[in-house]
Amino acid sequence: MSTPYAKLPAWADYGLIPLINLCVAFLVAGLVVLLVGENPLRAAGLMIEGAFGRGQYIGYTLYYATSFMFTGLAVAVAFHCGLFNIGGEGQAYIGGLGVAIACLTFDSIFPWWINFPLAILGAAAIGAFWAFIPAILQAKRGSHIVITTIMFNFIAASTMVYLLVDVLKPLGSMAPQTRTFLPDAHLPKLNWVIELFGGTVRSSPFNISFLLALLMAFLVWVLIWRTKLGYEIRTQGHSPKAARYAGISEAKIIIITMMISGALAGMMALNPIMGDQHRVQIDFVTGAGFVGIAVALMGRSHPAGIVPAAILFGALYQGGANLAFEMPNISRDMIVIIQGLVILFAGALEHMLRPQVQALFASFSPRSVGLPAAKTGGA
Amino acid sequence: MAEAAIELVGINKSFGAVHANRDIHLSIPKGTIHGIIGENGAGKSTLMSILYGFYEADSGDINVNGRKVAIRTPNDAISFGIGMVHQHFMLVENFTVLENIILGAEGEALLNRSIAKARSELHRLERDYGLEVDPDAIIEELPVGLQQRVEILKALYRGADILILDEPTGVLTPAEADHLFRILRQLKDEGKTVVLITHKLREIMAVTDNVSVMRQGQMVATRKTSETTVEELAELMVGRRVLLRVEKGEAKPGEVKLSVRDLMVKDSRGVTMVEGVSFDVRAGEIVGIAGVAGNGQSELLETVSGIRKAVSGTVMLDGKPIDVSGVTDPGDLRDRGLAHVPEDRHHVGLVLPFEESENAILGYHDEPQFLRGPFLDRGKVVAAASDQIAKYDIRPPNPHLKTANFSGGNQQKIVLAREMEQDPGVLIVGQPTRGVDVGAIEFIHKRLIAMRDMGKAVLLVSVELDEIRSLSDRILVMFDGRIVGERGPDATEGELGLLMAGVDRKEAAE
Repeated sequence: MSTPYAKLPAWADYGLIPLINLCVAFLVAGLVVLLVGENPLRAAGLMIEGAFGRGQYIGYTLYYATSFMFTGLAVAVAFHCGLFNIGGEGQAYIGGLGVAIACLTFDSIFPWWINFPLAILGAAAIGAFWAFIPAILQAKRGSHIVITTIMFNFIAASTMVYLLVDVLKPLGSMAPQTRTFLPDAHLPKLNWVIELFGGTVRSSPFNISFLLALLMAFLVWVLIWRTKLGYEIRTQGHSPKAARYAGISEAKIIIITMMISGALAGMMALNPIMGDQHRVQIDFVTGAGFVGIAVALMGRSHPAGIVPAAILFGALYQGGANLAFEMPNISRDMIVIIQGLVILFAGALEHMLRPQVQALFASFSPRSVGLPAAKTGGA
Repeated sequence: MAEAAIELVGINKSFGAVHANRDIHLSIPKGTIHGIIGENGAGKSTLMSILYGFYEADSGDINVNGRKVAIRTPNDAISFGIGMVHQHFMLVENFTVLENIILGAEGEALLNRSIAKARSELHRLERDYGLEVDPDAIIEELPVGLQQRVEILKALYRGADILILDEPTGVLTPAEADHLFRILRQLKDEGKTVVLITHKLREIMAVTDNVSVMRQGQMVATRKTSETTVEELAELMVGRRVLLRVEKGEAKPGEVKLSVRDLMVKDSRGVTMVEGVSFDVRAGEIVGIAGVAGNGQSELLETVSGIRKAVSGTVMLDGKPIDVSGVTDPGDLRDRGLAHVPEDRHHVGLVLPFEESENAILGYHDEPQFLRGPFLDRGKVVAAASDQIAKYDIRPPNPHLKTANFSGGNQQKIVLAREMEQDPGVLIVGQPTRGVDVGAIEFIHKRLIAMRDMGKAVLLVSVELDEIRSLSDRILVMFDGRIVGERGPDATEGELGLLMAGVDRKEAAE
């Protein structure tokens, strides 16, 4: 018998199991807080307060979530093709160059609603290019995409430092960053949306690239599940042999998928650069590329899972900052530990509790697991 | 009846909601060969796994030699004298025969003493049962038949009195299978008890004393082999009358559709798998390629269907060449009317996590009829899938069900429906009934004959000699990458068996 356990209904598969895994991760994180000598319940309260307690906090939570959505979608698209794109960090970082070129060139010419699409194109094109090189190395030479994309993160970081220090820095400035964009390259804030729901926002970086992220989530869903290209991507991801059999070119599909993935990661740069800081600074990505991996794992590579997962991680980021502020014993690294635990339980140990859940379902109602009670097992 | 070596009383086993074994009663007399037959999924392997300690029964008793025992692990089973020869050998390929035999029974930290003991014990077993094998040979260098012998020796070395063999002949030539049966009879004469699990009725008739039939988790009958017939057993297995021999008319071969000349193919390690292969397939005939698995048939199929590159040689489809040595796109070949039912439906012919309708268009997904711009036209895809489901009686008839949830026979029907419905001129079929239940086999065979009668050229590769003989109009035998003979459909099994083993009777006579 190859699968001794029955299948689960979809809502349990995509909703209940990640939720249980998340609870286990928080439980273990609570133990860590206990070890540090603080009250885990109070810590949890502080985090929730810090993430959602005030309109302004919600703004920050959603601002971080926007970045994670882009990188999470990027990782997910590559996952569907069986590729592990660890290079979201570098693709986002170098994508900032595309935003910079568009904004520095046109901020004195066009209004924001023309600069925004131009910056999107710039970020996506450069992000896609940065993923194209590892992709072609994988497709034509068999160089493993995990290794090459990690290396390209370092190359991106070095390149951006060089550009910011030696090329893009205005004369006479001490800081390694571009000049501040003119107001026509600033994105409108969305704080009024939070205020609409009764929150008060003094200031937050929450901006319309959030809407772009939601649009991209929808487009990724359309791409993967409704187009011929998505069909080919999924076929390749599930079974490269079946893809070969079906006449799908492996090299072509790997390159196209990675470029879409890189473009999505590159767009992440819009959020902090055009939406918040209005200039390109050193290390503006701050790990969002890696958080995207956790978001994609947690969201089961489905946009409907990635959006809430990104908001969860946004809340962890923002709530964690509050926690570190209120509890001096707990540093911001605590958030990294919680993230790590979530990745561990939602990703690596995804199936740890599955047999128990399945047994529970099977004992309550055999029908819900999709099998008539009288069917026999495999030989 | 003699004392029972094994007695199963009321065995039940469920996996979640699946009742794999229900209330099984079985008594196997000492010193007999007992066959257990049933379709895939009837619960044979589950039952044997319970007996060998891989699973524990939910309820019921196991008596070995009249004594009630609890078998929780394979080690318990071994201590009660039960040995198992698995369908997929559990051997360490780069160890010697001796090393494999003492594996798990090493005894102490240093190996020299147990090796010496094993060597003398092995000599005794060889003498007693005629199980010759070189103790210092490396496993991966031995032919499959001998590897199986090592598995048997392993069980005997551990003092097995009861030997369970799970589908032992699947990888053997007819001659090797006959040799195995001789060994089993010898074991029986020495007082051992043998349990033979198989789905091949002929083997049951040839070697067993008693036979038990399983169907849908239940033991439906036990017969003395001498008092039953193949027809009765088939009916018991399936639960209805089955046509064992396919009825077909005379073939009316037309023009040459597929022509292969001097084909040479190497595998990824650079080993030559196909060499100097030439043949034609005409419209309206089925050409069968017989051979023991691993003699180049798979590579031949993959090359002709454009999945694998050839080193040299030509393949002509409808008189026009296929670029087999260069970059061939299986999609182009499909457009030219070549359909392919691959041997490995799980990894090649289907994408198991996809829903049924998505697999119904695999390979044909870029046809305009299924597309609306860059989008898949889901309505038309589902309509095509539903059409195939109806025509090929695919069950359950749900185009949105995940393909992995269909049974083996229905999965195969999904592939066949997809490939046949495109109305190809040439159909290439690999192992059409592997892991498929008897009822579906009958259906698939009828369909293949129907394709032939519609004037299609069919190239059939199968390791099931019965299938090749009953379907083919011409039989080519492959051995070691070459075609070693061509015979008509009336060739005897013995004649084909010799060819499959690389012995040409004419050569042997010289």
